[in-house]
Amino acid sequence: MRYLPKSPAERREMLATIGATSIDDLFASIPERYRLREALKLPGPLSEAEVIDFFKARAAENSVGHSSFLGAGVYNHLRSVVTDAIIQRGEFLTSYTPYQAEIAQGTLQAIFEFQTLMCQLTGQEVANASMYDGSTAATEAVLMAERLTGRSRILVARSVHPEYREVLGTYAKNSGLHVDEIGYAADGTLDRDALRSALKNDVAVVLVQSPNFFGAIESLAPLAEAAHANGALLAVAITEAVSLGAVKAPVDADIVAMEAQSFGLAPSYGGPFAGVVATKEKFVRQMPGRLAGQTIDAAGNRGFVLTLATREQHIRREKATSNICTNQALCALAATVHLTLLGKEGLREMAQQNLSKAQFALAELEKIPGVRRAFAAPFFNEFTIELPRSVKLVNAYLLRDKVVGPFVLGQRYPELTKHALVCVTETTPRTDIEHFAASLRRALEQPL
Amino acid sequence: MAYPTDYRYTKDHEWVQVNGDIATVGITDHAQHELGDVVFVELPVPGVQVVAGKTFGTVESVKAVSDIYAPVSGEVTKSNGDLQNAPQRINEDPHAQGWLIKIHLSNPAEVNALMDAAAYEAYIATQSKEASA
Amino acid sequence: MTDKIKKATRHTNQNEGLIFEKSFPGKRAFELPPLDVPNADPAQALGVHHRNEGVEGFPEVSEIEVIRHFTRLSTWNYAIDLGMYPLGSCTMKYNPRVNEFVARLEGLATEHPYQPNELSQGCLRILHLLEKCLLEITGMDAVTLQPAAGAQGELVGLLLIRAHHTKNGNPRKKVLIPDSAHGTNPATAVIAGYEVENIKSEAQGQVDVAKLRDHVTPDVAALMVTNPSTLGIFEQRIPEIAEILHAKGALLYMDGANMNALTGITRPGDLGVDVMHLNLHKTFSTPHGGGGPGAGPVAMKKILEPFRPVPILLEKENGRLVREFNRPDSIGKVKAFGGNFGVLVRALAYILAYGPGVRQATEDAVLNANYIRKHLEGVFDLPYSLPSMHEVVFSDARQKKNGVNTMDIAKRLIDYGFHPYTTAFPLIVPGALMIEPTESESREECDLFIDAMRAIAEEAANTPELVKTAPHTTRVRRLDETAAARKPVLRWQPSEPRSKAAD
Repeated sequence: MRYLPKSPAERREMLATIGATSIDDLFASIPERYRLREALKLPGPLSEAEVIDFFKARAAENSVGHSSFLGAGVYNHLRSVVTDAIIQRGEFLTSYTPYQAEIAQGTLQAIFEFQTLMCQLTGQEVANASMYDGSTAATEAVLMAERLTGRSRILVARSVHPEYREVLGTYAKNSGLHVDEIGYAADGTLDRDALRSALKNDVAVVLVQSPNFFGAIESLAPLAEAAHANGALLAVAITEAVSLGAVKAPVDADIVAMEAQSFGLAPSYGGPFAGVVATKEKFVRQMPGRLAGQTIDAAGNRGFVLTLATREQHIRREKATSNICTNQALCALAATVHLTLLGKEGLREMAQQNLSKAQFALAELEKIPGVRRAFAAPFFNEFTIELPRSVKLVNAYLLRDKVVGPFVLGQRYPELTKHALVCVTETTPRTDIEHFAASLRRALEQPL
Repeated sequence: MAYPTDYRYTKDHEWVQVNGDIATVGITDHAQHELGDVVFVELPVPGVQVVAGKTFGTVESVKAVSDIYAPVSGEVTKSNGDLQNAPQRINEDPHAQGWLIKIHLSNPAEVNALMDAAAYEAYIATQSKEASA
Repeated sequence: MTDKIKKATRHTNQNEGLIFEKSFPGKRAFELPPLDVPNADPAQALGVHHRNEGVEGFPEVSEIEVIRHFTRLSTWNYAIDLGMYPLGSCTMKYNPRVNEFVARLEGLATEHPYQPNELSQGCLRILHLLEKCLLEITGMDAVTLQPAAGAQGELVGLLLIRAHHTKNGNPRKKVLIPDSAHGTNPATAVIAGYEVENIKSEAQGQVDVAKLRDHVTPDVAALMVTNPSTLGIFEQRIPEIAEILHAKGALLYMDGANMNALTGITRPGDLGVDVMHLNLHKTFSTPHGGGGPGAGPVAMKKILEPFRPVPILLEKENGRLVREFNRPDSIGKVKAFGGNFGVLVRALAYILAYGPGVRQATEDAVLNANYIRKHLEGVFDLPYSLPSMHEVVFSDARQKKNGVNTMDIAKRLIDYGFHPYTTAFPLIVPGALMIEPTESESREECDLFIDAMRAIAEEAANTPELVKTAPHTTRVRRLDETAAARKPVLRWQPSEPRSKAAD
């Protein structure tokens, strides 16, 4: 087998050295009746070409040839081939967690740069080296706020991504956290009156998302003020990180939980992505996840090490800030490479293109009789429209025109039965937008 | 390092120095040596009640976290704020500048149950014998 | 020194500062295609939310500088592609390149998790086949591919157990964990809402079955066991342990981190395990990438199946695959958008490459570990003498006499061209050296490792200072971790002086 560097002769010799007559001797500690007598019934073995053929055949059974207007937490953005050229280098791809700093300075310096970029983007003071994804980062932010305030009641905006809220619910159930939801106002942003009435001195944190699940951008300063006045923290989740190229940094947040997928990571049917928790320096000891810190060696050379490890599971065990061990290091590296490629101007331009495409798309769609913009709040590259009929049926029609239609909000918000979340990025050609609009117009003209 | 004869010591390697009804508490030279370089200390704020035998804070080195146990009961009157920026005091001067908290004793008799310097030195001698066995 | 060190030698490598230190306004590394729609006015579109300038401090460099920057950084790393990682419990095996190729295919990398089922049959078929393979390998009845890593898999496992007990009227209070367990076990138990009760291992390092009998009360939800144990030794009485637990209605959770010793040889399901997680980035070859991503699927017996995270995968009569969300007993979701699909693709590619012959990998892993054990047995102290499987644990007891500990030996191993083994774990072995070579190591690499370890043992005896101040040949010497923790510097700030890279 091509992955095994031993010849039969070497195996025999090594066994002889050990004093074993056959390899079965080495498994003698497993009670005989539990040792398999037959080979496992698995498909294969496949040669390299056959492996490739298998997966190419699977790839052909998916959505190739369709245009898509889906966002809702996973975004299609330009990705440079330079990123892969770097992360496919064996020294990055096949290296271990950088516990042995002397032979992992490449990884550690890259993590330090990632942490810096995340702070610059979010306007926060410290950022970690990644969490599994945005949904678990948001959950960890909430748990962090619980530890910091000693309180166990959480207020979460309904306009936070439904799956993020689901994940939070799974973790909250078992940590004795009580989660209350706050609705949205007519313009699509958080209902501030509802927030104010819900805020009491037992709230640990208010969790919002911006841009939120409807695409609306939240005004964070008043939310922070309201939260702080009651001794609570403000946590902000960001699912579309490219928005930070055009939208002000969430400096009013105490904790930011961001999904970095938009920075050079392919949608890949849902993962792997990379979450980040960023916060104020005074909260750093309650922050979960690995941290790379700058230091020097005995000769005075600058170097980097994993630091503040006493927060983590391998030292604190039961009392750890989180159970996380493996994180999303290679994804964070991809984001780091991507962001250094984009640079200051590139990110600004990319965000500007997203804004422009979305504005154009909305204008085209609003020309269609029956289609109206649902929420008045400013948006980045996603917006909600209301249709005169079921979005599901409309999407079925669009599919025949090879258009993967917008997200059906009704499946998560029962009161938004005819609403759809449209996403357009810099990768959506104008012709696709026009084709989508034309197809939608025809769909709405169909008899019911 | 010599162990001050007017201090009392616990099996968990804390020391107590009593002055009237105020006790100053810290960890011993033996403890700081085992711990290694101290990087962070978590201490209670004044007003908190501590109970003899129960933990009241932690001392962290790079690779480990140690709970600190109260040798006596009472109310915390002061925490050593210098340790925030200079945790190394615990390593450099564990019996004086590295003090952790001051307690207003609620039950001064508790001190009598603790070891004196000689008993403590004998205790750590047996401990190290066991460790290298 | 140079005659003894055959595997590695000094080599000129490039210095490189932080990317921010190379930044100058006006440099660009990436150009976008021109906008094909009217340019929007951002101030008008965003109002008060508009960020007027670019992100402050963001780098401005050219493409070649990006390539050089990260290429230079990469040359400072050790990696599997360079040589063995004898890290116990990590299973650092070869990351097959075809796995990288297929994960990047157009039609797989490009798919959105919310696209309709009819446009996702290829993705769903991959997941379905992987599920079937993992069930065959583990001997279990059902599996979830959602957890993003081993620790998350452990959490799902415990939440499944909790849901099962809750459905039976009492979630129970405690989880039993051997003192030899990996730190994620107790950390996870607490997150799942359980109290941790530690059980001391018996003299041979195995679970103390007699003690276990006493500890298992109706308050106990489960025992979390690693098999083989973190000492690399098979828990021979696992079936008996399972029975003791089941008799009191408790369940047996197995940490599957050491599955590399069992695949194709025995199946945890057959041994009485109720639920377990797998580390795809260990046993199933997906790359570590400097710390992740991984995947931690959880396989379980029928009784836990109804509680699986949503959605689950169902095959309809016509062969179509659908995702089913309507599962009233489900514990919910632990991660958005399903599992780490890209990692799952790589794991399936690995399994398909081996097929039924995957047993050979396990045999070679165990052969390598025992070969190394045989050659180092006289040289390092072996605290537990039961047969080793895929990893062996020594201690630094002999070398300690000269003041040389496991960390020092590990650092000196770097000079010999290897990544260190796992130091100071498991906790039940003071001064542990945990060595797992995996099946990916040739006899030559194993011999070089053995020679290196023997040479270091000699150095520890004769020239201990050399070992205590190692490594000597790396770009940086031992770094001041104390300073890093006392005054953490966790990001670059613009006021920093220009690059002071090591020479």
